[in-house]
Amino acid sequence: MTATVRTFLSLNGQIFYWLFLGPFRGQLVRPSAVLHQMVRMGVQAFPMAALTSLSIGLTLAMQGAQELARMGATAFVPDLVAVTILRELGPLLVGVVVIGRSGSAVTAELGTMKVGEEIEALEVMSINPVRFLVVPRFLAMLVMLPVLTVFGNYIGMLGGWIICHFALDMNTTGYIRRLMEAGHPIDLYSGVIKSFVFAWLIITISCQSGLGVSGGAEGVGRATTSSVVTSIFAMLVANAILTAFFFFF
Amino acid sequence: MPVIEVRDLIKKFGPRTVLNGVTFSVEKGETVVIMGGSGCGKSTVLRHIIGSMKPTSGSIKLFGEEITTMPDRQLEKVRLRFGMNFQFGALLQSLTVGENVALPLLENSSVSPEIVDLIVKMKLELVGLTGFENLKPSEISGGMRKRVGLARAVALDPELLFSDEPTSGLDPIMTAVIDELTLDLTRKLHMTAVIVTHDMVSAFRIANKMIVLGAGKRAGTIIAQGTPDDIRHHPDPEVQQFINGRPDGPVPLKLSPEDYIDKLLGHERQKGVDY
Repeated sequence: MTATVRTFLSLNGQIFYWLFLGPFRGQLVRPSAVLHQMVRMGVQAFPMAALTSLSIGLTLAMQGAQELARMGATAFVPDLVAVTILRELGPLLVGVVVIGRSGSAVTAELGTMKVGEEIEALEVMSINPVRFLVVPRFLAMLVMLPVLTVFGNYIGMLGGWIICHFALDMNTTGYIRRLMEAGHPIDLYSGVIKSFVFAWLIITISCQSGLGVSGGAEGVGRATTSSVVTSIFAMLVANAILTAFFFFF
Repeated sequence: MPVIEVRDLIKKFGPRTVLNGVTFSVEKGETVVIMGGSGCGKSTVLRHIIGSMKPTSGSIKLFGEEITTMPDRQLEKVRLRFGMNFQFGALLQSLTVGENVALPLLENSSVSPEIVDLIVKMKLELVGLTGFENLKPSEISGGMRKRVGLARAVALDPELLFSDEPTSGLDPIMTAVIDELTLDLTRKLHMTAVIVTHDMVSAFRIANKMIVLGAGKRAGTIIAQGTPDDIRHHPDPEVQQFINGRPDGPVPLKLSPEDYIDKLLGHERQKGVDY
């Protein structure tokens, strides 16, 4: 356990070094590698993230409408959708999608490279694996998860609109106006801040699990499972802490 | 000053001693072949010299610098001076053959991309793989992957070349081509080479110094070293068995009937009981 924490801190230290100090020593991270990872982690995850957010928007609006109708307060459905998605469900569910899609892929990919002696070969060629493999993925994740979250937020609210418009006979202008009254910038920012933290947790955990693989194909499988489980756990804990932070301060 | 100096190298994996006091040195321009049966620790010796494994005890000097205690950043500088050809190529599967060979040039030199392209073509031509630049490692055969690994190892024209079984799995013609290439690199460009191999024909073709690692009770120790002629006429019967490829000798192929029964029954056989 302490060894895992030490490796985790050391990995973070190395990422920090290659991001901020490496460039001054003439060893840059290749922009093309970062862009490539951004496409894989962000652009290609968009359909799945959109579908998840849409379904959450739809269900939230339906569940909310059912409960609020009893008090004759269906007009507050947009408020419910906006605040819940912006603050809580948007970042969390997009995070889960990205863990399943990209976190696992990163672990499996790095793990297979470890098993196939590719990481060792890089080291022997004086190419630092953290600079070459981890930092591009780190940057891509840190940019793309918040971007996906913001997109997911809009699509979730679109889901809310579908229910409000077609089932509750609310007009589009009214829906948007209620959204803007209910959702404050701080709601959006708190969600985006969360997604930055999630991105950092997901990518560092996935990379550490991948680079630590030993024992062939079975080891890659084990590392991938543990990476997904640990990422989700870490994300939920961080989510609770951050929600508490925004609640009390 | 020797290029490589290995002294009393000991490596233990838990209770198992894999290397037990290996000592040898390699002078500039020499081609040293390390031989020995499967699992005798040849690749482990190589892994220690390139710094990817740390010994339990002992010293390894490359170009006169102790690498076993060296910090990583300094080790990176030493590593720029040698090339390593891995047993299975260890190519990056996500890159094409050409990109793999270009990798050390792009990452560790300031050569312009056009020149890199030219060097890649030249290095691939050396190993007989012209025209394969745009294929992925998964689309070529194991022997070809190995040759790409060699091209990548010599991409930066290193002073020192390590090769782990460069010719196993290659056809006889390709084996001769790779041997010829190694000879060219060492004789004409004065590169120093350390090659691990099982292949006796190619070993005697390229070596000017040979090291034989023992098996069985003498596993992990050097049982003979010297010029190819020394080794050919070495009195040790295990060396003779190895270079002549005889199934029986000091290294037994099969267990004796008693040992066999012992192993089968898990050492529980009692004396005097007849089986």
